[in-house]
Amino acid sequence: MSETTATLYEQLGGEAAVNAAVDIFYRKVLSDHRINRFFDNTDMDKQAAKQKSFLTMAFGGPNNYSGADMRQAHAHLVKKLGLDDSHFDAVVEDLAATLQELNVPQELINQVAAIAESTRNDVLDR
Amino acid sequence: MSLYKLSVNDRDIICESGETVLDACLRENIDIPYGCRQGACQSCMVRSLQGPPPLAAQDGLKEVLRHQNHFLACLCYPQQDMAISISPPAEFFTEATVIEKTLLNAETLQLTLQCKDTMDYYAGQFVNLKRADGLSRSYSIANNRLHANKLSFHIRRLAGGRFSEWAHQELNVGDKLEVSDPQGLCYYLPTSQENNLLLIGTGSALAPLAGIVSEALHHGHKGAIHLFHGSREMDGLYWLEEMQDLASQYPNFHYTPCISRGDAPDGVAKGRANDVAMTLLPSLKGWRLYLCGHPDMVRQTKRQAFLHGAALQDIHADAFHVASATLD
Ligand SMILES: Cc1cc2nc3c(=O)[nH]c(=O)nc-3n(C[C@H](O)[C@H](O)[C@H](O)COP(=O)(O)OP(=O)(O)OC[C@H]3O[C@@H](n4cnc5c(N)ncnc54)[C@H](O)[C@@H]3O)c2cc1C
Ligand code: FES
Repeated sequence: MSETTATLYEQLGGEAAVNAAVDIFYRKVLSDHRINRFFDNTDMDKQAAKQKSFLTMAFGGPNNYSGADMRQAHAHLVKKLGLDDSHFDAVVEDLAATLQELNVPQELINQVAAIAESTRNDVLDR
Repeated sequence: MSLYKLSVNDRDIICESGETVLDACLRENIDIPYGCRQGACQSCMVRSLQGPPPLAAQDGLKEVLRHQNHFLACLCYPQQDMAISISPPAEFFTEATVIEKTLLNAETLQLTLQCKDTMDYYAGQFVNLKRADGLSRSYSIANNRLHANKLSFHIRRLAGGRFSEWAHQELNVGDKLEVSDPQGLCYYLPTSQENNLLLIGTGSALAPLAGIVSEALHHGHKGAIHLFHGSREMDGLYWLEEMQDLASQYPNFHYTPCISRGDAPDGVAKGRANDVAMTLLPSLKGWRLYLCGHPDMVRQTKRQAFLHGAALQDIHADAFHVASATLD
């Protein structure tokens, strides 16, 4: 890639795109009966901020997510609430649907999904 | 090269060019909470004590937080010397005298205080009331900004409640209390006059909401204003006539009292206030919300409202725990 090529994050529209996506994505996640129980007792504002960091990461933007953080953040969900691959798949699906709603080209959606996919083992603590 | 001085709590440090307030503090071993370092998690929120911070450092904050000069240290590149506070500022108290006590219903006291100093508050904020022995509790201001020397409160009597029981039974007209600076972010600002407002509260949480309604109407708010006040049974409601009068006077103000048990008389809706509101108002896109009362109700309603289209930063809430027989 040459230096002038925009990053995925920039191609998607940078922070503005993250802001637009976080609202739609978070609503989808909360209405998704497969996974919304994981969010039952969370503070909405804090959780929205986390969704924003997650999307920034998934868009390939500036982020501080490390595998260790991912593990730590989700470990109790895996242990206590049985977070597994099916739930991970649901989140990835909701993410793709969000980007489709925002008319993001399929090729970029695939790139975002691939980044999200790369966190699977950390999130599921294995 | 621009170097700016930062006064943080009681220390002065230098912020170098290209350095954020967060980085400068951390470099100087000033303990400041942070998480993402990119303006997302809001854990590094601090407050500027000398005028507004750079606009970019307030990205994503609620309007009321911006209004009070809060900002995110990790996004802030100073453009001048700054004084900031990391811990919440110390509380200041002023003296006040009880000038009126009336009962709004069997268990709710309206207490009116005349303050020695003029209070600078926004309708919907709360203060801490402190009695001589130091016992203090939070109560929402029930009136609008026009009465800057007088504050009124709706205090629900809780059996065995140390402050509320005392206020109901032993506090008398002429007695003195200490009143803290107004606090809280659940308040009305006369910006976005076109926005529709939705206010939902249970029991004595009508206090801040009535203050906000009165403030909004006073400013000629243009959008619709919907107030839902709930209780388990009829005798937990109050100010029905006052609110109905207001609604007939202002076409954009709509008032719905709700009870969750028993038969609802004419003009009163059956159900929990938040459920009634969500049924009547299925789309809340662009609405501004004020939610006060029991923490569970507030949390549940926040979620309902968000799923009905309201943006999180337009949802203002003060949760306060008031255990009571007539509250649901
Ligand atoms: C931001 C905010 C705004 C508020 N605004 C209002 C308002 O506008 N109006 C209002 O009425 N309240 C409001 N509150 C609640 C108020 O601050 C007090 O919490 C409330 O009045 C109870 O105080 P208390 O001293 O009477 O009860 P406390 O003595 O603190 O007791 C609290 C509860 O515990 C029970 N209790 C006490 N002792 C015992 C015991 N030994 N065993 C078992 N149970 C016990 C009491 O019966 C009571 O139900 C607000 C709170 C907050 C945080
Ligand atoms: S550290 Fe997360 S917002 Fe500043």
